[in-house]
Amino acid sequence: MQFVQNLPFISIIVALFSGSLSSIIGGRKARWINIGMISLVTAMSVAVLVYVLGTGESYVYMMGHFPAPWGNEIRIGVLEGTMAVFFCVVMLLCMIGGSREQFAEIEEGKLNLYYIMVNLLLCSLLALIYTNDLFTAYVFVEINTISACGLIMIKQNGRTIVAATRYMIMSLLGSGMLLLGICFLYDLTGHLLMSNIKEQVHILDQSGQYHIPLLVAVGLMSVGLAIKSALFPFHSWLPDAYGYSTVSSAAILSSLVSKGYIFLLVKIFYRVIGFDVIMESKVINVLFVFGIAGMIMGSVSAIKESNIRRMIAFSSVAQIGYIYMGFGLGTEAGVIASLYHIFSHASAKSLLFLSASGITDASGDSTDFFDLTGAGYRNKLAGVAFTAGSLSMVGFPMFSGFISKILFAQAAVEDTWQLLPTMIALAISTILNAVYFLKTVIRLYTPEKPKVLKKKNYKTIHAADNPAKSVALVCLVVLNLVFGLCSEPIVRAIQQGLDMFA
Amino acid sequence: MSRKISDEKYEKTLSFRLKRWFEGTKDPFLDTVEMKPQKEFRETKEEKEQRAKEKQQLLERVYDRNHNKEILLFRKLYRVVSVLFCLCLVTVLLVAVSFLPPLGDADNPVNNEVPARYIESGLQETGAVNIVTGMILDYRAFDTLGESHVLFIATCTVLILLRRDGDKKKKQEEVSDRLHEPKNDVILQTVARVLVPPIIIFGIYVILGGHLGPGGGFSGGAVIGAGLILYLNAFGFKKTERFFTAKTYKVMCFGALGCYCLAKSYSFYTGANHIESVIPLGTPGAIISSGLILILNICVGIVVAGTMYTFYVMFRKGGY
Repeated sequence: MQFVQNLPFISIIVALFSGSLSSIIGGRKARWINIGMISLVTAMSVAVLVYVLGTGESYVYMMGHFPAPWGNEIRIGVLEGTMAVFFCVVMLLCMIGGSREQFAEIEEGKLNLYYIMVNLLLCSLLALIYTNDLFTAYVFVEINTISACGLIMIKQNGRTIVAATRYMIMSLLGSGMLLLGICFLYDLTGHLLMSNIKEQVHILDQSGQYHIPLLVAVGLMSVGLAIKSALFPFHSWLPDAYGYSTVSSAAILSSLVSKGYIFLLVKIFYRVIGFDVIMESKVINVLFVFGIAGMIMGSVSAIKESNIRRMIAFSSVAQIGYIYMGFGLGTEAGVIASLYHIFSHASAKSLLFLSASGITDASGDSTDFFDLTGAGYRNKLAGVAFTAGSLSMVGFPMFSGFISKILFAQAAVEDTWQLLPTMIALAISTILNAVYFLKTVIRLYTPEKPKVLKKKNYKTIHAADNPAKSVALVCLVVLNLVFGLCSEPIVRAIQQGLDMFA
Repeated sequence: MSRKISDEKYEKTLSFRLKRWFEGTKDPFLDTVEMKPQKEFRETKEEKEQRAKEKQQLLERVYDRNHNKEILLFRKLYRVVSVLFCLCLVTVLLVAVSFLPPLGDADNPVNNEVPARYIESGLQETGAVNIVTGMILDYRAFDTLGESHVLFIATCTVLILLRRDGDKKKKQEEVSDRLHEPKNDVILQTVARVLVPPIIIFGIYVILGGHLGPGGGFSGGAVIGAGLILYLNAFGFKKTERFFTAKTYKVMCFGALGCYCLAKSYSFYTGANHIESVIPLGTPGAIISSGLILILNICVGIVVAGTMYTFYVMFRKGGY
């Protein structure tokens, strides 16, 4: 076995260890450990991805001295590698970009707790990506949930506490349903390892035995994870959680936490149940309907919102709807489009949250829509970055959102009955996206009257004032452009990764 | 022969006080304890209106009720839909359970090669007489590693929520907290003095014997945590803070989790790379046996005990 193959396991352990290490040191040191750890994990993930792309096949890594059905194991393929690299990069940029806000908004004594949360969140995301065992997945879903809760309420005011409470309730409902689903599956198949469950499910599907409990298990797991990733009717916790928490928390929550659950769902579809069984079960049709409802309703709520951070948060509801609609198409092309949308949404949404904080800094810390007039001139870089993020979300060519929308449309064309609703929903949702995002962009570049400017005493912010955030913004804009301009190798990697899943 | 003592002296004797109490001529609490009849809660019409108005204003400011009919509608709808959702979930689950394989049947899918190997060769492979401990700390140690970090992160989240950092208000509240503490409650203190040492020793026994019989880090840690909480309640923070402060907890937790991480990294690494582990399994049944399991049990025990105690302290006064 080559040393590179050890790296996924080492990256999980490093993230875990840095979590407990941060508890005994001060906040500023903990920040350096956090940044160093994420960079290290990023480097290791890149090495793993290069290795897997080179060999062209996935491998399993035994966690301990006992082989798979008895011990734990993790599995690394192209899709897992790509996901891990992407998650690490986005998390690194979010943490760097929001560092000044972290120091300003978090109490000095609690700063190291914040980094513990982030470290363990990264660890749980990595474990969710790599795991080949359903119960391990559940354990790390727990860590993920609790740390996300901590991220929300680290900036303490009434809103965030209420948001964290809501998040906890909804998320635990989802966790409970996921756990029940896993219990059902274990009872029916006698295994927790993904590949073994798949074999048994295949046999059960052929014989038609235990049809109803199997269906219920699939439903429980899909609905549970959909609740956790804020699919439309279960999104009420989301706007407050994203809108009032500190900026790096909001960016990480919207771009990574919900995506971790979605990736786990893809894994369950492909590696645990088998995609044909999922197709027969009609569960994905439910996801399709709610996905489409989310696409429209999320955007409508975003249009009605006058708080810019909450507006971006509602836009997440719509984008999560896109992803579930892609699963609902029930074709591989649909799943590829959804996975691509995970990338494009995560890069655009973290960019939007970071740049929105830059814009509000230049508007006297007000998040109100009308106070933002002319903010694009006062903070030029944040204005440009916000425009780039908005264009990407709307689906302007050259940006990542365009590619994912094209992929969705192509996937829908292959299908029969879902073609019409998908196309209509895509069209309506794109227009609605354009309404609220471009409205904001226009507002940013409408010059404010000099009289008002004098009265409100806004500061002008240059890119050099907050170099960390400027670097992060530039990197995220580049990331969006990369996903928009060089989509082909990424789509191919997703395709290859999905083939490895089977 | 009895002799008559003066009235002044007689009034000080026990028999006089007994007699007085028996006859009920003097209320012993009168003039010694301040007694006031409780003031009836009564508010004028204006105050009542003011209160209602303030409540209304608060609601309006937070939810903007007048302009937000949507929220009112949403709340009503939310109640109905949540009840419906729960009913549906309950029905579906009940129906699904009735189709599951019968409990305890030998032909169930659960009885396959996985538990068979745990039962048949668990002792040889892990060296633990208690198969459950062998399973959670050796076969599936990765899950337990995650599980102990769940406890750790839960404590950190509670710290975020409840910890207040040193300011005047905190000190003030600390003083008033001391007032509310049960001071010198003789019954509690006597019972605690008798019970706490055996409880903690029993907890240590449960942790150390985890690989030999029923027990282990999770249960033993919970027992020790309960003992610590009882001790705290009887004797107050002054005594517990002599040996257990926030810093102790942090260092202990870091030590235990770090030790767990290192130990398991070694065993994962050697396992995956097919390197023979140098840790001997020892004689099954001996206290020092079964490789790393004993150490891991101690680590988990420390984390669990610290977590329980810290939770209690946090909810009681928000800091050590």
